[in-house]
Amino acid sequence: MALTAADVGRLADLARINLTPDELAHLAPQLDVILEAVAQVSDVASQDVPPTSHALELTNVFRDDVVQLSLPVAAVLAAAPATQDDRFRVPRILGEEA
Amino acid sequence: MSEPVLDYDQALLAYEPVMGLEVHVELNTASKMFCGCVNAFGGDPNTHTCPVCLGLPGSLPVVNGKAIESAIRIGLALNCQIATWCRFARKNYFYPDMTKDFQISQYDEPIAFDGYAEVEVDGELFRIEIERAHMEEDAGKSLHVGGVTGRIGGADYSLLDYNRAGTPLIEIVTKPILGAGAKAPQVAKAYVAFLRDLVLSLGVSDARMEQGSLRCDANVSLMPIGATVFGLRTETKNVNSLRSIERALEYEIRRQAALLAGGGTVFQETRHWHEDGAYTTPGRSKSDAEDYRYFPEPDLVPVAPSREWVEELRATLPELPTVRRDRLRREWGFTVLELQDVVNAGALDLIEATVAAGAGAQPARKWWLTELARRANEAGVELAELAITPRQVAGVQALVEAGTLNDKLARQVIDGVLAGEGDPADVVAGRGLAVVSDAGALAAAVDRAIDANPEVAAKVRDGKLAAAGALIGVVMKEMRGQADAARVRALVLEKLG
Amino acid sequence: MNELLRLTAADLADRLASAEVSAREVTQAHLDQIEATDDVVQAFLCTDPERALASASAIDDRRAAGETLGRLAGVPVAVKDIFTYSGLPTTCGSRILEGWLPPYNATITQRLLDADLVILGKTNLDEFAMGSSTENSGYQVTHNPWDVDRIPGGSGGGSAAALAAFQAPLAIGTDTGGSIRQPASVTGTVGVKPTYGGTSRYGVVAMASSLDTPGPCARTVLDAALLHEVIGGWDPRDSTSINAPLPDLVGAARRADVSGLRVGVVREFSGEGYAPGVLQRFHEALSVLESLGAEIVEVSCPHFTYALSAYYLIMPSEVSSNLARFDAMRYGLRVGDDGVRSVEEVMNLTRGAGFGDEVKRRIIIGTYALSSGYYDAYYGSAQKVRTLITRDFEAAFAEVDVLVSPTTPTTAFRIGERADDPLAMYMADLCTIPSNLAGNCAISIPCGVSPQDNLPVGFQVMAPPLADDRLYLVGAALERELSARWGGGILLDQLADSAAGAHLNVARKGR
Ligand SMILES: [Mg+2]
Ligand SMILES: [Zn+2]
Repeated sequence: MALTAADVGRLADLARINLTPDELAHLAPQLDVILEAVAQVSDVASQDVPPTSHALELTNVFRDDVVQLSLPVAAVLAAAPATQDDRFRVPRILGEEA
Repeated sequence: MSEPVLDYDQALLAYEPVMGLEVHVELNTASKMFCGCVNAFGGDPNTHTCPVCLGLPGSLPVVNGKAIESAIRIGLALNCQIATWCRFARKNYFYPDMTKDFQISQYDEPIAFDGYAEVEVDGELFRIEIERAHMEEDAGKSLHVGGVTGRIGGADYSLLDYNRAGTPLIEIVTKPILGAGAKAPQVAKAYVAFLRDLVLSLGVSDARMEQGSLRCDANVSLMPIGATVFGLRTETKNVNSLRSIERALEYEIRRQAALLAGGGTVFQETRHWHEDGAYTTPGRSKSDAEDYRYFPEPDLVPVAPSREWVEELRATLPELPTVRRDRLRREWGFTVLELQDVVNAGALDLIEATVAAGAGAQPARKWWLTELARRANEAGVELAELAITPRQVAGVQALVEAGTLNDKLARQVIDGVLAGEGDPADVVAGRGLAVVSDAGALAAAVDRAIDANPEVAAKVRDGKLAAAGALIGVVMKEMRGQADAARVRALVLEKLG
Repeated sequence: MNELLRLTAADLADRLASAEVSAREVTQAHLDQIEATDDVVQAFLCTDPERALASASAIDDRRAAGETLGRLAGVPVAVKDIFTYSGLPTTCGSRILEGWLPPYNATITQRLLDADLVILGKTNLDEFAMGSSTENSGYQVTHNPWDVDRIPGGSGGGSAAALAAFQAPLAIGTDTGGSIRQPASVTGTVGVKPTYGGTSRYGVVAMASSLDTPGPCARTVLDAALLHEVIGGWDPRDSTSINAPLPDLVGAARRADVSGLRVGVVREFSGEGYAPGVLQRFHEALSVLESLGAEIVEVSCPHFTYALSAYYLIMPSEVSSNLARFDAMRYGLRVGDDGVRSVEEVMNLTRGAGFGDEVKRRIIIGTYALSSGYYDAYYGSAQKVRTLITRDFEAAFAEVDVLVSPTTPTTAFRIGERADDPLAMYMADLCTIPSNLAGNCAISIPCGVSPQDNLPVGFQVMAPPLADDRLYLVGAALERELSARWGGGILLDQLADSAAGAHLNVARKGR
């Protein structure tokens, strides 16, 4: 077993996805099967093969440091679930002092 | 609240502090790191935002070339190697101030690495090894509402403004700093001051700690004297001034020493500095360390600065601040203390320009650090913001040296310049301020003063030259200050000699 | 039925240019067809009749005023609901984005508008383009016009089905692992995955940034080329966009000459798992190319067998990061914000409720593949396989001008058949994925119906990066010769005029 239900629960936490117990029971074995299958990549991934992160070999794509118009604030906030004083209103943030 | 602490000297007898400093510098590019929104402090909430810095679905970042240039120049000024090929990486974690829930940063391929800086504390030189300087983007700002006002703990909800999101940042990370002993907090302060001056002289940042455009996270751990293994460290955040860097580190050293001396252990955690009470409190614990799942940013292509480009940028480096200061101090014949005052007052550039406009270094220093510093202070502005130029200050000094103005008149001329009455010569003409140079009128006034104060005159005749001051005062008063005191003195002594 | 619906985009454009028909008429005809058939096909998530008709009228007016218009001016187009288009919701087929109105246009959307095409509406897709059947949409299941009990492919099933149902002559899709080509294959339409970087991703909601490639969908090769030229080319808003002119795609489609061309058959893409009817049509198509003067050789690409595994590590890794932003803070769904729950709880609840199973599966796999301690074995190894696959392509293209294979191993499967067997579902993209990993271009062209089930079979042509013109050269040659052997017309004409296509209401009387 590459991936247990507990692993999946922990990963779901890390990915901020609430899973019901039913979902967990359903998804965990599927994920295990998938991971088992895709793990074959390590069979041919030897030390001397460089990794590819980008399909094309482009480098140094830069923009000139020129100011462009921003969006009107109404458009910025239009889709927000909640706003207040032209800011996005979000539930209380736990954790570290900021 | 404040925890038990050990006496500082006692702490240093038993433990060696090991520091690590992470400094974030906001670049002062015109536009943001990955979009064309204006890069400016403040602004009405969410008015400096677009699909890219809001991380809207479908939007894509494009690197600001100027930010790359600035990063390379900072790297070169810190004696770093510049990567021949490097990539941006995504640092993944969820936080409402990050619009994409990942930060575009650099991971194992920083643009600059393996450098050093030298700082001086009490005449002793410390070498700080630089691990890396990498590029990343800043986050938005949260305002915590309810609970204890403005603080995150206990807040009812938060309000987010993304104007700052996407501001270009350079993060400069030191290697562990050892061997500073009791001076460790001062070394840290000197290092951050050095970085501030460096980025200012490079012109790449406003470096205002109070506005957050230069921020420092200070790691510190204690190692028993003679040991070779580092202790567990804390990372102190919210140190918003040079002074608080020193104080926060001092506090952490004393707090950790008390813990260790009492047989306890230090928690590896983030701590929050409280400037008011001068203590730190724990923040997020680092034991459940975030897994940031870094991977190469697929939306951006690698950065591969050519060696020619790097050399071009190296040629644009200004004289490093420490080198320049040393040179100017020698050229001007200032003492170390005098120069320190000049630097602290932010008057180095002004004095240099004033000297370049023809004034002597000491008179230039005197004008900027006394008369003009007082006025800036009264007006609540920076010296450089005063409505007088170094050339005008040099002009005032030239008039003094030509005998056209005395000190008192010179101050009035400065008033005039500041009031927008034109150059010093214009003010002299406009206000009719030049000293009286009519020899006859001056001689008559001296005679009148002698006649009116026979006893004083007698004292001077008897050789009590100090008494001449009273007569000079009378003459100056009659001339309403518009006389050259030195000439008056000469006349008095001549007549009574 | 309205005769206009059966016309190719090229023919429509000609009739529009000569003012034989108006853009308004053409637009209305397609809106009516959507109205008449989409209850069954379910290709569109939304239509935009008012704006479409208004812009069609404006185009007619400008043409009447003698203005020079785009080559495809007045031709309707359907857009996969993953491109932003201000004024219409962009949902990506996900409940988490229900009703989101983007405040900006994707570069490709803008290019369609600038070229005077008429956008009819947004087409259905697997949620965030994750799937091969369009069953994973959060809103509706799209049905294959050839057999409405079958899937139209995915993720771009909506765009492909709209073409096959004669609801639109052109459509736009995105291809991350085959999402344009596989739906084209199973619906008897043409789909092109351009060279990565040849079409802008700006405004395309990202699934896997290093793989996503927008491209044209059409009923003929020439139409695809015409649309490709409208949407393709450098975009300074996309850092991964190629700053070079496109090759002459329309010219290649018109030339349609394969004599002397070396065509490599990928040995690894046949055998077990490939339907006999698919292989039969594929081999017939090869002999057609041979009869046209192409030289057919077999080529081995040994690492292609690892492509699926590498893809299902790289893609979910990028997905896990790209989809983090759907966090209930700035737009989209927010669940459980009762004033007491923390931001973390609200994010968890929203993402738990807003994402479907396949999206959750991929995010969790990607989170795992990138997590510390597993990165090297999974993501790192997958990136090395990516290198090996690119090398296989380079070696092959040193020997041959194009590579060919079936587009997908089987014809359209039944709705629900693979819904809970992710690995079986993933097999649909076996032949298409290598080109996404390597960034080269590829096309799927209909090559007949399988004698097993009377469903369309797709023929895939792959060409080196930046050689997109070769796709059109080969595709158009094959299309023309097959058409001749079928007695004229395109494969879809066989559906349109058959009993199976009666529900589409486009049969030509007396044919
Ligand atoms: Mg950082
Ligand atoms: Zn912006």
